[in-house]
Amino acid sequence: MSQTLLNIKNLYVNYETDEETVRALNGVNLKLNKGEMLGLVGETGAGKTTTALSILKLLPKDIGIITNGQIEFDGKDLTKLKEAELRNIRGERISMIFQDPMTSLNPVLTVGEQIAEVIELHKTLDKKQIESKVNEMLELVGIPAKRKKEFPHQFSGGMKQRVIIAMALSCDPELLIADEPTTALDVTIQAQVLNMMEELKHKLNTAMLLITHDLGVVAQICDKVAIMYAGEIIESGTAEDIFEAKEHHPYTVGLFGSIPNLIEKTNRLKPILGLMPDPTDLPQGCKFHPRCPQCMEICRKVHPDDRQTETHTIKCHLYK
Amino acid sequence: MAQPLIETKALKKYFKSPSGSLHAVDGVSLKIDKGQTLGIVGESGCGKSTLGRVIIRLLEATAGEVLFEGKNILKYNRNQMRNMRKEMQIIFQDPYASLNPRMTLSEIIAEPIKVNKLLKNRAEIEKRVTKLMDTVGLAQRLINSYPHELDGGRKQRIGIARALAVEPKFIVCDEPVSALDVSIQAQILNLMMDLQEEMGLTYMFITHDLSVVKHISDEIAVMYLGQCVEKAPSDQLFQNPLHPYTKALLSSIPLPSLKNKGNKRDIIKGEVTSPINPPPGCRFAPRCPHATEECMVRDIELIKAGDEHFAACRLYGRGFDAE
Ligand SMILES: Nc1ncnc2c1ncn2[C@@H]1O[C@H](COP(=O)(O)OP(=O)(O)OP(=O)(O)O)[C@@H](O)[C@H]1O
Ligand SMILES: Nc1ncnc2c1ncn2[C@@H]1O[C@H](COP(=O)(O)OP(=O)(O)OP(=O)(O)O)[C@@H](O)[C@H]1O
Ligand SMILES: [Mg+2]
Ligand SMILES: [Mg+2]
Repeated sequence: MSQTLLNIKNLYVNYETDEETVRALNGVNLKLNKGEMLGLVGETGAGKTTTALSILKLLPKDIGIITNGQIEFDGKDLTKLKEAELRNIRGERISMIFQDPMTSLNPVLTVGEQIAEVIELHKTLDKKQIESKVNEMLELVGIPAKRKKEFPHQFSGGMKQRVIIAMALSCDPELLIADEPTTALDVTIQAQVLNMMEELKHKLNTAMLLITHDLGVVAQICDKVAIMYAGEIIESGTAEDIFEAKEHHPYTVGLFGSIPNLIEKTNRLKPILGLMPDPTDLPQGCKFHPRCPQCMEICRKVHPDDRQTETHTIKCHLYK
Repeated sequence: MAQPLIETKALKKYFKSPSGSLHAVDGVSLKIDKGQTLGIVGESGCGKSTLGRVIIRLLEATAGEVLFEGKNILKYNRNQMRNMRKEMQIIFQDPYASLNPRMTLSEIIAEPIKVNKLLKNRAEIEKRVTKLMDTVGLAQRLINSYPHELDGGRKQRIGIARALAVEPKFIVCDEPVSALDVSIQAQILNLMMDLQEEMGLTYMFITHDLSVVKHISDEIAVMYLGQCVEKAPSDQLFQNPLHPYTKALLSSIPLPSLKNKGNKRDIIKGEVTSPINPPPGCRFAPRCPHATEECMVRDIELIKAGDEHFAACRLYGRGFDAE
């Protein structure tokens, strides 16, 4: 049966800067089973990266602060672990693909050397085996192995991102957190990467937290989906709940409406009007109410609770 | 016949690499008519950004021609080029990295006006900046903000305002919305289409997002390893893709619906040709299900395969019929 690997309970994170307090996460609940793929979707500034960084305790020191909640990984609360214990988990059992690939590559090492470094750290292989593993990983992400002697600046944006993916996948993690891993990739390479991720899931029962704004990718590979808005999960459920159920949070409806349609020709797109609220000054009631086309009186005053039906959860006053 | 605003002829850009000459752009011939948008799609690393940069001479070409209103600008000297800079601008993918973090929003937008000496009087410059902010939908209260204080969508609006500041005719848009989430992406795409209508702008729009490129382009060019393998009006390309690479590309689009979930993804098999000293012949041949030995003998040219539809594949033209 399904075993819980990651369980985030009521997580609050603030960024304390000199002038202000940014309320980045406001009671996040997320559960991920072994071997499961969860898509975390939401607009810029929703708190997706903050969620990922909290799991690894990589929030900026003294600025990003977990003020409440637990993050259980395999039964242990990560928020209570010491740095040394965490270091063992990071990279070894949890591996992360960061949103900005440019900053995760070392400019003075060749691409091949960097992949080799990761493999060396996590596996006991001799030099020749490492070399052939490097070649294999590069080819897997569609880069000819002979280009391993080049430096990151000689690669295009998408090629750098592929190198990062190769590095993250080469250490066979139990949990892979991928922050927008395929945004810079074209669809053919993306399909290869998604296949690799699925393979990892089948072979090693790897669980994945996939952060993305591409609902197409989510539909293709995720078992579960969580939609985030202003530091809260406003809707979550199985892929079927999100893509096929009738009832949705109005924000989810807006997200789907913003995607250019490949089949019908539209003159202009219909984005959700307005912007995400300022996280230093969040509105009362439902945080989406200022942009919500279905806003009611109660939405301005009362924060909505989750409405749960089997696997599908919606945080909205429309549903009781 | 109308003269194209931009035309490239057998344009090439080679880089030196540790193991030889890297053919980033390898003989690309394209035309873009005034007021139109040419979408450029293709595998990451296939030379899209390099092509855009070579066309506006941010990078020097290795060979070939770039005609702007019929004149080869690759022959222009520094002085002539300085005047050209006003006509051609670029918007970058990464709104984070492409804006100077130490400059305020108004300084960033005013910079190209000052550099190109379009306006000298401070009050006039200020007025123009205010107007540009209005045009791209940036609130006036942000005028003294720094880029890091703004979200990605607003940063990309600054990038657009900066590009528009010199009133260019032609803008290379290098993945301008890739870093943005869908709702902000939609706002920016709408803005770019409105601006094009109002100002008669001509765009070269680089992206790997096929639903975006279909939405915004009049014509689309598909690139594979430095070469253009297919070119067609936007709707035609999607309805009737010809080149095997284009077909693979279109069939890999992940659609936001569960209908095809669980179906095995079509992966293009075979080894990727290295762009370093590539052998002659179709660059896609090693991965192509239809390839024969003949495909590897010499480079394949774009062949007219229909009204305004061109493909560089031996399956089309010269006696070969489409399946
Ligand atoms: N170091 C920091 N200091 C202050 N505020 C921060 C910091 N990092 C993030 N924030 C703020 O916290 C909120 C959540 O940011 P986060 O990066 O988690 O969003 P995201 O959902 O990953 O967005 P994106 O899609 O743009 O990556 C935002 O309002 C952001 O501005
Ligand atoms: N400054 C450089 N030095 C050496 N090689 C380079 C340089 N810039 C680009 N290249 C190489 O040229 C080729 C084309 O790169 P380019 O950046 O144009 O690709 P792209 O199509 O824009 O890719 P992406 O979709 O990932 O942005 C790649 O093989 C890349 O490694
Ligand atoms: Mg993020
Ligand atoms: Mg590029």
